[in-house]
Amino acid sequence: MRKENKDNLKIVVKKKSIWKDTNTWSLLLLCLPAIIGYILFYYVPIAVSLTIPFRDYKFSRGILGSAFVGLKNFKWIFTSSSMLEIIRNTFLYGLWFMFLGPFTNVMLALLLFEVRNRKALKAYQTVVTFPNFMSFVVVGFITYAILSPTNGFMNQIITGLGGDKVDVYIKPGAWPLILSLVNIWKHIGMGSMMYFASLMGIDTSLFEAAEMDGATRWHKMRYISIPHLVPLICIYIILGVDQLVGGSFDLFYIIPRDVPLLYDTTDILSTYVYRALANGTYAMGAAVGLLQSAVGMLLVVIANLIVKKISPDNSLF
Amino acid sequence: MKKKKKIDGFNIVLHLFFILFCACFIIPLVLVISASFTSEGALALGGFSLLPREFTLEAYRSAFANGERMIRAYIVTIAQAGLGTFLACVICGMMAYPLSRTNFRFKGFLTGFIFITMLFSAGMIPRYIVFAKYYGINDSFLIYILPVITGGAWNTLIFRTFFKGLPESLFESAHMDGAKELTVFFKIVVPLSTPVFASIAFMTLVTRWNDYSTSMIYIRDEKLYTLQFLLQRIMKEADFLKNLANSGELAGIVNIENMLLPSENLKYAMCIIAAGPMLVIFPFFQKYFSQGLTVGAVKG
Repeated sequence: MRKENKDNLKIVVKKKSIWKDTNTWSLLLLCLPAIIGYILFYYVPIAVSLTIPFRDYKFSRGILGSAFVGLKNFKWIFTSSSMLEIIRNTFLYGLWFMFLGPFTNVMLALLLFEVRNRKALKAYQTVVTFPNFMSFVVVGFITYAILSPTNGFMNQIITGLGGDKVDVYIKPGAWPLILSLVNIWKHIGMGSMMYFASLMGIDTSLFEAAEMDGATRWHKMRYISIPHLVPLICIYIILGVDQLVGGSFDLFYIIPRDVPLLYDTTDILSTYVYRALANGTYAMGAAVGLLQSAVGMLLVVIANLIVKKISPDNSLF
Repeated sequence: MKKKKKIDGFNIVLHLFFILFCACFIIPLVLVISASFTSEGALALGGFSLLPREFTLEAYRSAFANGERMIRAYIVTIAQAGLGTFLACVICGMMAYPLSRTNFRFKGFLTGFIFITMLFSAGMIPRYIVFAKYYGINDSFLIYILPVITGGAWNTLIFRTFFKGLPESLFESAHMDGAKELTVFFKIVVPLSTPVFASIAFMTLVTRWNDYSTSMIYIRDEKLYTLQFLLQRIMKEADFLKNLANSGELAGIVNIENMLLPSENLKYAMCIIAAGPMLVIFPFFQKYFSQGLTVGAVKG
C-alpha cells in the first residue's frame, strides 16, 4: 500500500500532458485489439440482452423491427408451473454444488497433503486430474458405458449379483446422485489442485513447531492447514454463488442425454434457454437469460459484500 | 517405537484409500478403451468389460478408413483450437501488460471494463442474435475464433498478476536505456513469462479442443463441425433412430438405417481418438497448473 502511494506521488510530479505522453499511447495501443474484442463480442451482446426481452422478437425483423411489448415476456416465468420446477431444480442443484464442490476439493487436497511419497503423490494427482481434460461429450459416453440399460457395466454387476437390470434413463429420482458424482469426478482434480498448491505454500517451520509441542496429524490439520485454506474457500464460494441461477449447461444437457422423461430432475435454466433458442422462442428465452445474469451478478456482489464485512482480506473485489 | 507404528498404520489406510479412489477414475476410462477394442458382436452380447472380450482393431480401422467426416472434423478442431489459442494468448497478454503498469493512466478504467464481463454475461440467445444476424459469422470458421479472441477477463487478470510480480528494477533499467513500452513488453516481459503463457495457453487449448457447443449453436454446415460435436451428433442420431425403430415407424426401412448407424465400438474408438491428444499431453503441463492459476492471483 505504502509503496503504491509513493509511486503515485512520483507520477504526479512528472505527469506530462496526455498528448505528449507517448508511453500511455503505446500502452493503449497494446490494449486496442482486446478493447475492440470486448466491445464487439461482450458489450454489444450485453446491450442487446437488455432490449430483446422487452420485445416480441422475430429473427427476420431484427431488433428494432420487433414490437416493444414491455414485461410480457417476464410475466409467464412466475406463473408457469413447469418454469417454477426448472427454477427449483437450478436453485437446489446450485446450492448443493456450491458447498459440495469446495468440500470435496478441500478434503482431497488435505489427504493428498498427507502423502509423503513423492512418486505416489504425483501418480494420484495425475489420475484424479485427467477427467478435467476430457470434454463433457466424452464423459457422456463414459457415463453411458456404465449406466446403459442394456449392456452397461453397472447392470452387468447387478445381474452378476443376481439382481434385475436397472434403466436409470427412465428414473428421474436417480439423477441428483448421478449428476453429483459425475460433477465431482470431472472437476475434483483441478479443484483440489488450487487448495493443494496453497497448502504447499505453508511455512514448514509451523508444522515442525507444532510437532515439537506434541500436535497430532489431526491437530495440525485442524489448526494450521484448514485455517490456511479459509480465504481460498471463501473466494470459491463467492465465485460459485451464481450457480444458484446458472448451472453448468454441459453437465445437465449432455450427461442425461436430453431425455425429456428426466426433465423433472435434470432440467435447469441453462438447458431451458438452449431449448428456447433451438425452438426459436428467442424473446422468452432471452428474458430468462437476462434474469439469470442479473440475479447472478447480484448474488456475487452480495456474497462479496458479506465476506468483505466479515474479513476484508478474503473478498474477491 | 510405538509412535512409529501408529504412523505406519495411518499411511497404509491413506494409500489404500487413494488406490481405491484412483480406481474410480481409471475403471470408467478402461471400460471405454476396452469397448473400442472389442468386436461389435461381443459388445452387444456381453456388454462393457474391463478387458476386451474379443480383441480387434476393426473399430479404429473403420474410423480412419471411411471416416471422411471424422478426419475433416479433426482438421477443423486442430485449426480452430491452435489458431484460437495462439491469438487469445497474444491479445490477452497484450491487454494485461498495461494493466500491470502502475503509471498507466487508464489502468483503473480498463480493469473495470473487463471485470464487468466476468460479472454479467449476455447469455446464449442475445449472443446468437448478434453473431448470426448482425455480424453474420455463424456457419463460418470465424465463429470459433473471434468471440474468444480476447482470452477472457479471468485469464487477463492472471496474466496481469504475473506481470506485476516481475522485478520493477527490470523496467527501470530498460527505460533508462531509452527502451519504449512496446519494446519492453515484447523483448523483456514476454520472454520472462513463459510459465504463465504455458499454463494459460494449455488451459485455453483444452477448452477450445473440447468445445462442442459452438458447433451445436452456430454451425449448420457439416464440414465445419468440431470433433466433439461430431461425437455428440452421432450419439443423438443413434438415440433418434433407435427411438424411431422402437416406435415402429421405421419398421420397413430400419435395415437401411442400421447400415448408416456407426457401430457401438466405433463410437468408443472415436471417443478415444477425440479425447486422446489432451490426455496424452496434459501430464507434461502439470507443473504449470498451480503456477499461474491460483485464484488468489486474481485479486488486487
